[in-house]
Amino acid sequence: MTTTETLPLKQETDIVTIRQRVRKAAEDARLGLVSQTKIVTAASEIARNGLIYGGGGQCLIERTQREGRAAVRLVIIDHGPGIANLEQAMTDGYTSGNGLGLGLSGARRLVDAFEIASQPGQGTSVEMWKWK
Amino acid sequence: MTVTVLAELLQQNETALLDRWIAVQRAAGIDPNRLDDRSITDNARDLLHALVRAISEGGDDIEHPQWRPVKQLLERLSHVHSQQGFPPTETATFVLSLKEPLFRLIQKSDGNTIELLWACTRLFDQLGLFTMQAYMASREQVIREQQESMLELSTPVVQLWKGVLAVPLIGSLDSNRTQVVMEALLQKIVDTESDIAIIDITGVPTVDTMVAQHLLKTITAAKLMGAKCIISGIRPQIAATIVHLGVELGDVVTKASLADAFQLALRELNVRLVANRLGA
Ligand SMILES: Nc1ncnc2c1ncn2[C@@H]1O[C@H](COP(=O)(O)OP(=O)(O)O)[C@@H](O)[C@H]1O
Ligand SMILES: [Mg+2]
Repeated sequence: MTTTETLPLKQETDIVTIRQRVRKAAEDARLGLVSQTKIVTAASEIARNGLIYGGGGQCLIERTQREGRAAVRLVIIDHGPGIANLEQAMTDGYTSGNGLGLGLSGARRLVDAFEIASQPGQGTSVEMWKWK
Repeated sequence: MTVTVLAELLQQNETALLDRWIAVQRAAGIDPNRLDDRSITDNARDLLHALVRAISEGGDDIEHPQWRPVKQLLERLSHVHSQQGFPPTETATFVLSLKEPLFRLIQKSDGNTIELLWACTRLFDQLGLFTMQAYMASREQVIREQQESMLELSTPVVQLWKGVLAVPLIGSLDSNRTQVVMEALLQKIVDTESDIAIIDITGVPTVDTMVAQHLLKTITAAKLMGAKCIISGIRPQIAATIVHLGVELGDVVTKASLADAFQLALRELNVRLVANRLGA
């Protein structure tokens, strides 16, 4: 069975809600405590990027299955300026602001599947999976 | 078979029932600011359709798998209603208000009217209760989420010993709050001339790079003021996550619990605690 919900990403408090709902989905999918924490943290990173750099958007949370395993799938989309140089953005320590530059690269290490698509001027979309 | 008759009756009169049901809901004075005509119609049509199928295929036992779609619709509706602050009565009224048009229909039919009415009442009361239950579950969730954000509002910096401060962080840490807490800690270090500050993160559910950065900045600032920070309460799942994020905690001292951190602090201040031996 698949359950889906879409949450707004317009302000800082939305990130808190997204984390709470991702944790709930991960619990419902019976992911282990470490996996739950990892997917929640990855969601927090990507959602914050979407808000700060992308000017906001939305977050889709799906509890589903992947190759017969319980899984959580997240798709976080914004309609901001996009990322011109993806390779650079994904590099450990690169930040155009004043962060640690570990959000994108760190999130990728925290999840089981990570897909990023970005068109300059069109926005950015990140899909992440964590499964049992 | 009362249920079969009921199913037939519903099937044959679906359109007429829908019209009358919508009329009843409007007459019941549902606040048009909360629910526009379009949603009333859509909700009613979807539910009635699911209902007709459920009764035809699953009988009058709402635990039957064929009733899943109806329950899902009611759950979704209850969820939306509770999130949007609809009163519970209005939510239950939605499904219960189908009784009136249905009863009129039964009255005009030529089956065993009493039996039909009874079956119908039993069924709708169950659906009404189910709706209320779903509504309450959703409300409870809202309350839980609110409680969690309430926890974010205040965090005290406490003095555990002369020269030792502790700040037990609880709840989600986002920019503003973290900033406030960290500034309060630095100020208190100055005010109390403390040498050691323990930052306990046992109650922090998520440590992302922003939180880590705030912690690191605070530790650096404290160092410049001659104080040393100890982070306590890093749970195993948080530790694993920090490592994967790639955050370097460098030479930051960490301890499993606040108690361990406090002991270390006392040791560094050359304080020895000696148990009082009774009857010695
Ligand atoms: N949604 C986005 N839209 C535009 N640029 C982005 C987005 N997400 C990340 N970036 C760019 O990628 C860089 C690296 O992001 P990240 O690894 O999260 O580090 P940080 O947030 O600390 O800067 C950001 O500084 C920003 O320039
Ligand atoms: Mg980031």
